[in-house]
Amino acid sequence: MTVFIIRRLLQAALVVLLMSLIVFFGVNVIGDPIDMLINPEADQAEIERAIKALGLDRPIGEQYLFFLKGVASGDFGRSFIFGEPALKLILHHMPATVELALVALIMAILIGIPLGLFAGLYPDNPVARGIMAGSILGFSLPTFWVGLMMIILFAVVLGWLPATGRGDTAVFLGIKSSAFTRDGLSHLAMPALNLALLKISLVIRLTRAGAREAMHQDYIKFARAKGLRTRRVIGVHLLKNIMIPVVTVLGLEFGNLLAFSVVTESIFAWPGMGKLLIESLLQLDRPVVVAYLMIIVVVFVIINLAVDILYSILDPRVRLREQGT
Amino acid sequence: MSVHADRAPGAPEIRVETPFQRFRSEFFESRIATFALGLLALIIVLALLAPWITPQNPYDLAQVDVLDGKLPPGSVAYTGYTMWLGSDGAGRDLYSAILYGLRISISVGVASGVIAMAIGSTIGLIAAYAGGRVETVVMRLVDLQLSFPAALIALMLVAVLGRGIDKIIIALVAAQWAYYARTVRGSALVESAKEYVEAARCLGLGHARIVFRHILPNCLSPLIVVGTVQTAHAIALEATLSFLGVGLRQTEPSLGVLIANGFEYMMSGRYWISFFPGIALLLTIVSINLVGDQLRDVLNPRLKK
Repeated sequence: MTVFIIRRLLQAALVVLLMSLIVFFGVNVIGDPIDMLINPEADQAEIERAIKALGLDRPIGEQYLFFLKGVASGDFGRSFIFGEPALKLILHHMPATVELALVALIMAILIGIPLGLFAGLYPDNPVARGIMAGSILGFSLPTFWVGLMMIILFAVVLGWLPATGRGDTAVFLGIKSSAFTRDGLSHLAMPALNLALLKISLVIRLTRAGAREAMHQDYIKFARAKGLRTRRVIGVHLLKNIMIPVVTVLGLEFGNLLAFSVVTESIFAWPGMGKLLIESLLQLDRPVVVAYLMIIVVVFVIINLAVDILYSILDPRVRLREQGT
Repeated sequence: MSVHADRAPGAPEIRVETPFQRFRSEFFESRIATFALGLLALIIVLALLAPWITPQNPYDLAQVDVLDGKLPPGSVAYTGYTMWLGSDGAGRDLYSAILYGLRISISVGVASGVIAMAIGSTIGLIAAYAGGRVETVVMRLVDLQLSFPAALIALMLVAVLGRGIDKIIIALVAAQWAYYARTVRGSALVESAKEYVEAARCLGLGHARIVFRHILPNCLSPLIVVGTVQTAHAIALEATLSFLGVGLRQTEPSLGVLIANGFEYMMSGRYWISFFPGIALLLTIVSINLVGDQLRDVLNPRLKK
């Protein structure tokens, strides 16, 4: 087990290193680092000084090591726009994004599982067919366009929900979140639903497939034969078994939600790190872009690592197969 | 087995269907898929014929009048024709702009799909055929890339590369090649173990010939399915990036750019500027996905009776 974890950790470190290479050479070789890293409004003397300070007059390999050293100590440079360290800026915007992604995840579970269960239990029911057609649409509709249509419908035409911003936040148990105030919740509802739509479709399909498969298993027949109520058979025996793949996939999809929040945040002006990324891209605020890319890579690598290790604990065959090769 | 009426005199009673005929009749069994294919064909024809069937060239400044700006659907333009879908902020007829936008969206999607398919399937074929260390390294790389969502990879690349059609295509190819590589490698592994490949080897044929003339044609079915689905993805991804302002430029007005342009007018209730390009995008993506679904059902040998 220890060997397995060490191997995985080494692999993860390798991935981060590889990505840092891609990002570094992307910024420094394909683009002109002087354009990208130095404030375009700087004058000649300032540019000279910045080139010296950033070490741009040194060989590229040396520059890369210098960059790595900065990354290792959490120093990605300062944002041109805000004048703050890029890392601090992103960490400051991170809670709003995590909040949005978590609420979207909860929505996916609360909406997706009951609908999927219904579609799986009564596959010929017209409502079930409607649910499945809806889930196909959910897969095909581009997230950003659905977001726009939601704004038109709920904010402009009906006027029920505010279109932009995060609203009031409150502190509860040491966590600052919009989910604890009425105003915050009304701001949260639309962006979270927008972000959740794809995942809802995914959960519906997974739950439906699981339910249809499990219905013919012996343990369900046995539970029925024992004379248990339908509610208990479905709520306990069936649900418990189909939850395993659903939970696994949703765990993996959490990183996906964080990444996709870029789109949702831009539409609903949600002050998270995705919106920060797009603004930084448009304003050529390169230190922030580089910092965001490295952070999201690390987040993904950590999630994948956690899933790998969890799997190897739950299913020893994964570990054994790896040792065999 | 169906018997065709148009058989030549003296020909045997039962004519065996060619694989293509069987494929065709199975594909058209589904009414939804038939409809989707028809719709897709219509969209492509409209996009191809755009310069000849639109009332206005929306990017010819001589034909666009700002006085026609932001007109609701059905208004009559200053120059006399009816703008059935309304006009955008600069006075462009939306129907014309959408058809021109479709050209760009579809070309970007198809170009990146074809390039990614060529690169990905070559790499997948080589990995499967060579085996050993080459395969391990390539497939590790593929697994690594597939652990990140394609949208994130594309976003990272445009962040590094910048905007413009060529860069978007590069980003989409880089985000999608791994799907093709994995698919082709899977079926190529099965095919390489078959006798006809062994026979080709015994005949002393070159590696390139065996890989591309013998193995590749037998891996085509899953490749076509993945290709359709990934092309739809590419179109959606390009629209998303363009909407965010990091994809195509204003001078390359794809559907995503049109939708982004309408965004600023939305709060004032001028929904149509974003709505209609979105519908065009939606119909394109859904019809490609439905065709892809049916292709998967028809081409998948495991689902055959």
